[in-house]
Amino acid sequence: MHIIENGNAAAALGVKLCRANVIAAYPITPQTPLTEKLSEYVERGDMKAEYIPVESEHSALAVCIAASSAGARVFTATSANGLLYMHEQVQWASGARLPIVMCVVNRAVGAPWNIWNDQQDSISQRDTGWIQIYCADHQQIIDTVIKAYWIAEKVSIPIMVCYDGYILSHTFMPFDLPDQEKVDGFLPPFKPEYALSPEEPANLNTVTLPDVRLDVHGELAHSYMEIRYLLQEDLRTTLTVAADAEKRFGEIFDRCGDPYIESYRCDDADHVAVGLGSLTYQLRVSVDALRKEGIKVGVMGVRFYRPFPDEAIANALKGKKTVIVFEKALSYGYEGALTSDLKSALYEHLAGTGTLPSVQNFIVGIGGREIRTDDLTQMFRSATQGRVSREPTWIGLKL
Amino acid sequence: MGTRNYRRKTSHSEHGPGDGGRTGSWRVERPVLDQSLCIPCKRNKEACFICWLFCPEIVISRTIPPRVDLEYCKGCGICAEECPTRAITMVDEAKFSEEDKE
Amino acid sequence: MQVKTTILSLPTEEFVHPGTRACTGCGLAIAYRVGLKALGKDTMLVVPPSCLTVLQGLFPVASTKLPCLNVTFASTAAAATGILATLKTQGNTHTTVAAWAGDGGTGDIGLQALSGAAERGDNFIYFCYDNEGYMNTGAQRSGTTPIGAITANTPFKGKLQQKKDVPAIMAAHKLSYVAACSAAYPLDLYDKIKNCLHLPGTKYFHIHIPCPPGWGYDPRYGIKIGRLAVETGYYDLYEIVNGEFKLTAASEKLVEKRKLVPVHEYFRTQSRFRLLTDAQIADIQQKIDEKWAGYYNKDE
Repeated sequence: MHIIENGNAAAALGVKLCRANVIAAYPITPQTPLTEKLSEYVERGDMKAEYIPVESEHSALAVCIAASSAGARVFTATSANGLLYMHEQVQWASGARLPIVMCVVNRAVGAPWNIWNDQQDSISQRDTGWIQIYCADHQQIIDTVIKAYWIAEKVSIPIMVCYDGYILSHTFMPFDLPDQEKVDGFLPPFKPEYALSPEEPANLNTVTLPDVRLDVHGELAHSYMEIRYLLQEDLRTTLTVAADAEKRFGEIFDRCGDPYIESYRCDDADHVAVGLGSLTYQLRVSVDALRKEGIKVGVMGVRFYRPFPDEAIANALKGKKTVIVFEKALSYGYEGALTSDLKSALYEHLAGTGTLPSVQNFIVGIGGREIRTDDLTQMFRSATQGRVSREPTWIGLKL
Repeated sequence: MGTRNYRRKTSHSEHGPGDGGRTGSWRVERPVLDQSLCIPCKRNKEACFICWLFCPEIVISRTIPPRVDLEYCKGCGICAEECPTRAITMVDEAKFSEEDKE
Repeated sequence: MQVKTTILSLPTEEFVHPGTRACTGCGLAIAYRVGLKALGKDTMLVVPPSCLTVLQGLFPVASTKLPCLNVTFASTAAAATGILATLKTQGNTHTTVAAWAGDGGTGDIGLQALSGAAERGDNFIYFCYDNEGYMNTGAQRSGTTPIGAITANTPFKGKLQQKKDVPAIMAAHKLSYVAACSAAYPLDLYDKIKNCLHLPGTKYFHIHIPCPPGWGYDPRYGIKIGRLAVETGYYDLYEIVNGEFKLTAASEKLVEKRKLVPVHEYFRTQSRFRLLTDAQIADIQQKIDEKWAGYYNKDE
């Protein structure tokens, strides 16, 4: 059934369809309408869930961690400084191997205060061991929430579903609302391999020693290093699981694509723009304009940012002349985070083969600075003609 | 080891004694009971058991006579201090032979 | 209080194994052991970083026979809320959720989450075991360290500020039950737990815990020192049931006796108080006397 709703509502509907039964909510712009919508569903009885209005984001994720450890399917959402406040818990959730799904409605981080969209908040969490998926439109938001629960519960790793604040969260778009029955068919009730309970008592997440030690059965148990290695191993396996999820989703809902990247006019392109989220759709306008000028360009949206689909990205960009990465965040002190990861993937897979493209990094839209399509097109065009700069180039600065 | 069972992917501990090892080795003195002063021993029925109640290590049994598990007793001396008839005294570990210590 | 348990009527089932890493003569070990007897098998525990984390054991061995979730320092009460939420989704109204946190994890870093849970009326029981400092990390001062106490980071002047009255903060949340207990009075602790489990919302327990290395005394005197804290009127055993304050056990008896042990008797048992001057002790004694005059007046 097609409906017209905003991005936050799309996410909320996804959570409702997935029958999450413990929701922790703390308000922060621009995520707030998402959790408000969930409170409407719960209070009206449309959704059977415990809705907990916590007193901070740190507690929001604490509630989710505890509830998930005891076997519930949980959800919370946040943005910017809320995400930063819960950072300790973000690290905890992945280390504790809990299938938590959290929406991050991307917003600029303080200081100074800024409530508008950029992606610094979620990008700054890329090393935490969470899976990160970026959505470019409302259909992707609702579909990704549903896929996220399936993937998370399969691999026991938490997932951030990221989408741009205001640009997606507050704008209205038509999209297909999946059928509850079909979602139930895709996503069965959460059956954890282990859930904390008096029937099978255990002490979870206690102090580990540097080295291995005998357990109560006299067997050598893993220690911290092994536990952390297995998180990494399972994150890399998630790439395969994501492909399975996409295939299964396609079979039930009749729409699917590449699980990792979303390409537009890239097949015969000499120069490819790369980005995360809604920016890649705006870049399609630039692509069409430049194509009319005879320049063979395309744009590729990266959907899975963590685990990083290095092989898929390298294969897609193999032999291209230029890769131009447009980012709404950066690793301060060096360059865009996606740019670095992408360069590393290209080097890893293509160095010495003669198919290594040159890479250019543009920083746009920081703090919600308006991204004018004409500016994008102009910088895109310049980049196809030769390297603009070795350093990341900021578009739209008004120094 | 080497297993990828979910319980091995997390810090998941099962319960058992002696997490701190043989904590009896921490002792510098051990409790010794004089049954002639011990109230439940004298009455030959359940009584007192203050030593059992206050033992932080749960190594004193609620029996007649109370018995100390020397494997884990840390020698804190609370039982000796709290015993209402001073039936328990703390005695230097050095006074006990190597055999006794095993 | 309805129940008056004796040593002989205390359940004998143990929920903790011997051979833990707790210090020799640890006061928490005594309170925790009896507390778990009152809570029983159908309980889920939440524990932040603290002495209890160490007592409960390092991976992969646990000393406690009950299910327990270790959580980050600031989030104890929020985690208790989370477990409770899951139990509700399962239709489980019988399992008790119990949080055990230290004084730092309660009154300092954990206060926000605890206040939030209390305000929401989340139905769990929260134990603050107060050894009056961050003892697990080497006896640094916390909000509940008493004035004048030498700690690892108040080494030459002693703590300059008063002890934070955390039970009073929790009582201000209009909880159904707030209790002040001591490891030296385990039967009082046991009865209070049994008496409050049926009450709604968050139940708060503050337990005074003598700590040999942190307070500076020979471990054998732990219970004696815990008793002196009460007998001097310095630390009171009480419960606040639906807003009504009532002294209990030994503190209640002191109202009848009208005779407090001088507080310097308590201070001289612990090396952490060696910096207290006569003037400071006299001041503290006066404050105690005033407090108790109030208790005597209410009694009349």
